[in-house]
Amino acid sequence: MIEIKDDWCKGCGICIERCPVNALEESDKLNKKGIHPARLKEKNECNFCRLCELICPDLAITVIPDEEVKKDAKKILLSPTGGKNK
Amino acid sequence: MPEVRTADKLKKKYLREEMWPTIFCNGCGNGVVLDYAFWAIEELDLDMDKTVFVSGIGCSSRLPGYINADGLHTTHGRSIAFATGIKAANPDLNIIIFTGDGDCTGIGGNHFIHAARRNIDVTVILINNFTYGMTGGQLAPTAPLGSIATTAPYGNIEHPFDICELAKALGANYVARWSVTYPYQPIKSVKEAIQKKGFSMIEFLSPCPTAYGRRNKLGDIKKHWKWYDDNTILIEEYNKIMEYGTDEEKEKIKNKIQLGVFQDIEKPGFFEQYEKLVERLQTKKDKGMKK
Repeated sequence: MIEIKDDWCKGCGICIERCPVNALEESDKLNKKGIHPARLKEKNECNFCRLCELICPDLAITVIPDEEVKKDAKKILLSPTGGKNK
Repeated sequence: MPEVRTADKLKKKYLREEMWPTIFCNGCGNGVVLDYAFWAIEELDLDMDKTVFVSGIGCSSRLPGYINADGLHTTHGRSIAFATGIKAANPDLNIIIFTGDGDCTGIGGNHFIHAARRNIDVTVILINNFTYGMTGGQLAPTAPLGSIATTAPYGNIEHPFDICELAKALGANYVARWSVTYPYQPIKSVKEAIQKKGFSMIEFLSPCPTAYGRRNKLGDIKKHWKWYDDNTILIEEYNKIMEYGTDEEKEKIKNKIQLGVFQDIEKPGFFEQYEKLVERLQTKKDKGMKK
């Protein structure tokens, strides 16, 4: 599940552009500022990678993995350990 | 303390929500840098009562106002000078400086180079958007050759500053450059920089669609963000291609901006040296008294 605070969103569309599985879209309703905030598509393949949460300039997105997924998922490390990008 | 694993909990812990939303324009990268700093601080579990955020003047220097911790909003370019004072008065504090390219290298260039030379134990997060965004897009010392600004309407003819090379030459302990468009490496880098003793600097390449992108015809927000993907290259890859690549490949990457960790060394800082000096002189004095 993805929670988006509609009144914090400025409608830059970066989350929609950057989503690797193309799971976000502009919604029909207007928010306080008069823009169309982002929302999750009804049919989506969101796998809770949390890229939109990290990259949102207005911190409006919160990703909450579903309960079933949560059991299987290992502890998510934000930064990769090792590798060439030290 | 409950484990923070969602952005909602993170915001409640670190953000002054009454100040939100930010004053930043649509598509600005400053908010992203704040987010990365929050995640790095959360992973380090830093004590916010012992952390001070210092900033100068500019768009990027608004960031400490949004953090629920002690902050100091100082005069233009003098953020590093004030931070040196804080560190001298209370060496237990962690100091994180948010500064912009015009603030740090334009007007405060001397403070920056001397703090790096003395190796003072602060973390500088420099947000580079190639322009003076807050005052309307004047020419910054980091603007690339040929770029257009309000004070350079026919194109910039000055060679730009390479901040990372400068800090490297001055012997800063940790120097890195990242683009805000990739989230994972910068968070790790900010973490390392905060942990590092001595002067550590991270330069973030941040889009400024209003003052820079619009004048330089870089397109809308999405195209401008993509520009940062197309025109940057990892330093390891760059070195590899420069060594073994063909002429065609070399020509392709010649003008790209390098990203990565440029320097990671251990060097004693100013305050460690100062403590040693005081200790040495005191033992000398004690010996003299005994005689």
